[in-house]
Amino acid sequence: MTIDVQNPFDQKYVESFSAGRSEPEWLKTFRLNAYERISQLELPKPDKTKIDKWNFTRFTEHVSEKAPAGGIEQLPEKVKSLIDLENAKNLYVQYDQQPIYASLSKELADQGVIFTDILTAVKEHGDLVKKYFMTEAVKADDHRLTAFHAALFNGGAFLYIPKNVQVEEPVQAVYIHDENAPLINHVLVVADDNSSVTYVENYISLREASDGIVNIVSEVIANTNAKIVYGAVETLAKGVTAYVNRRGVAGKDASIQWALGLMNDGNTVSENVTLLVGDGSYGDTKTVVVGRGEQTQNFTTKVIHFGKASEGFILQHGVVKDKSSVVFNGIGKIEHGASKSNAQQESRVLMLSEKARGDANPILLIDEDDVLAGHAASVGRVDPIQLYYLMSRGIPKAEAERLIIHGFLAPVVNQLPIEGVKKQLIEVIERKVK
Amino acid sequence: MASSTLIIKDLHVAVEGKEILKGVNLEVKTGEFHAIMGPNGTGKSTLSAAIMGHPKYEVTKGTVTLDGQDVLEMEVDERARAGLFLAMQYPSEISGVTNADFLRTAINSRRGEGNEIPLMPFIKKLDQTMQLLEMDVNMGQRYVNEGFSGGEKKRNEILQLMMLEPKIAILDEIDSGLDIDALKVVAKGINSMRNENFGCIIITHYQRLLNYITPDYVHVMMQGRIVKSGGPELALRLEAEGYDWIKKELGIEDETEDEEVGQEA
Repeated sequence: MTIDVQNPFDQKYVESFSAGRSEPEWLKTFRLNAYERISQLELPKPDKTKIDKWNFTRFTEHVSEKAPAGGIEQLPEKVKSLIDLENAKNLYVQYDQQPIYASLSKELADQGVIFTDILTAVKEHGDLVKKYFMTEAVKADDHRLTAFHAALFNGGAFLYIPKNVQVEEPVQAVYIHDENAPLINHVLVVADDNSSVTYVENYISLREASDGIVNIVSEVIANTNAKIVYGAVETLAKGVTAYVNRRGVAGKDASIQWALGLMNDGNTVSENVTLLVGDGSYGDTKTVVVGRGEQTQNFTTKVIHFGKASEGFILQHGVVKDKSSVVFNGIGKIEHGASKSNAQQESRVLMLSEKARGDANPILLIDEDDVLAGHAASVGRVDPIQLYYLMSRGIPKAEAERLIIHGFLAPVVNQLPIEGVKKQLIEVIERKVK
Repeated sequence: MASSTLIIKDLHVAVEGKEILKGVNLEVKTGEFHAIMGPNGTGKSTLSAAIMGHPKYEVTKGTVTLDGQDVLEMEVDERARAGLFLAMQYPSEISGVTNADFLRTAINSRRGEGNEIPLMPFIKKLDQTMQLLEMDVNMGQRYVNEGFSGGEKKRNEILQLMMLEPKIAILDEIDSGLDIDALKVVAKGINSMRNENFGCIIITHYQRLLNYITPDYVHVMMQGRIVKSGGPELALRLEAEGYDWIKKELGIEDETEDEEVGQEA
């Protein structure tokens, strides 16, 4: 018996949902096992934010029936502006739970690159998906929300880069949230030995405000000497409760770089974890957030070092205004045996109003002697002396504040690998901080 | 362009409740270069900060007008747009904002909406000015003052001065921390501004800078007042003889150390 998933979505529902999509047997079993665990597991416990009253799991419709009219040309301007339609060779677009566009250049397809919606992937590349799906990065029984995800995920994409393939142009995915059905999205990115790829995703709400649930799990696997650059911009609407879990696993000499622009307007719990498993692996997370209105957001970025001489960097910058609150938890963990590793982190919050709340908690957990580690954290307001300096050149106060805020967020914004997405992030920031 | 006049009358300024300026009178017209000299802690930097509107400096008495307009009633940015400029002794670092963006925003704030400077003329002017100041071409794309050496910061202040073309500029110890070559470059920049539409107040400890920039007037500040004014020859005498003779002449006890004030940026 479960208290969290309402009656229509019982075990039978999960079974028929899976069957209705002609999913392979292993996935159906996987879903059913996870379903069992939902009620037994606890919610995650993000440090310094109480989430037990948030609605992550109750909904009335699991998959939206509404299909968008026409192709991507018919999408609203704010979605189209994210996409360079003429040049986007490697693009996946999903409307609520349905794939509406997918392209992959012939050149990449010929080299064995796979980029498709997750349902097609489990059917056509079952063995490959099964090998990595919630096995190494995120586990179904991590906590209630990962179990919920495993049981009921209803969208997502799969990107696979075979050994020794270098993907030069970015691969892009756009996930559109419109109707009230929850978007439970699973993204799986696997870069095999000696390959490299840049993947950029957008989560965008069409409505100004909605009562939605979004549950995102991204698993990012970089095998030996592979390199993944992962960019994301989230702009989910006010009222949408978001649980986001992006987790990477880096093998020997592999590198995972994250550039995350987390601009949701609803309550958000976001975890970004990089497991530096292989010797010489490298992880770098850059996160930028803006809080406004009355939203509460909690961002935990964690890098765990298992491999020797592994390097992990965390940089998170947030701006908080109105009555919103932003908590940054930065965790650098060096396991015993990960000698010569380097764990560095920096978290900074800039508060723009009296009632805004910001918190930055740096944590270093070190179980090895021969390592380097460092942290910096600050929570503060706009420096009046900086304002004075800018204004003394004739710049009005509001414009001077705008410059300081953009400058504060620039280290992350500048890292985003697709120009259109970077431009969009700058515009979103502009709107949110105004 | 019509000439402009900055008039400072009986200016009293306090910092955190302590009175630093005790009645300063000074009149500066476009076309004139004034030097203000004096020992440390006599209120020279306080004067410049008060004119520009630094938040920590409180004017308790007196007036400052620019062409009859009440400067003290204006916000800091309005003072700048009215034609004032302060080259600061300790300029702020603005992370994430490039020098070029900063300068363009400042120029456009003066020109107003609909009259923004087009990109190409801006870049051309920036390049030429940086060349004159012998600045590295990359300085335009570096973040404002971040990681700049002391000398680079001073040049960057003069770069802003030359790009913004104010009516009246105050240069607060623009020579401090500069080696002789850098000093010459900075002086070259300031001298290139000399014309009938530009006036300047040069605040300095040392006569050294005045070897390269010849002032029309020299003022000596002590104990929060201008105690003596003259021509360039006054600076030479100060260099040769120090300040003691003035103190003696005016019957001032040596108490400047007590007047020492932490100089804010």
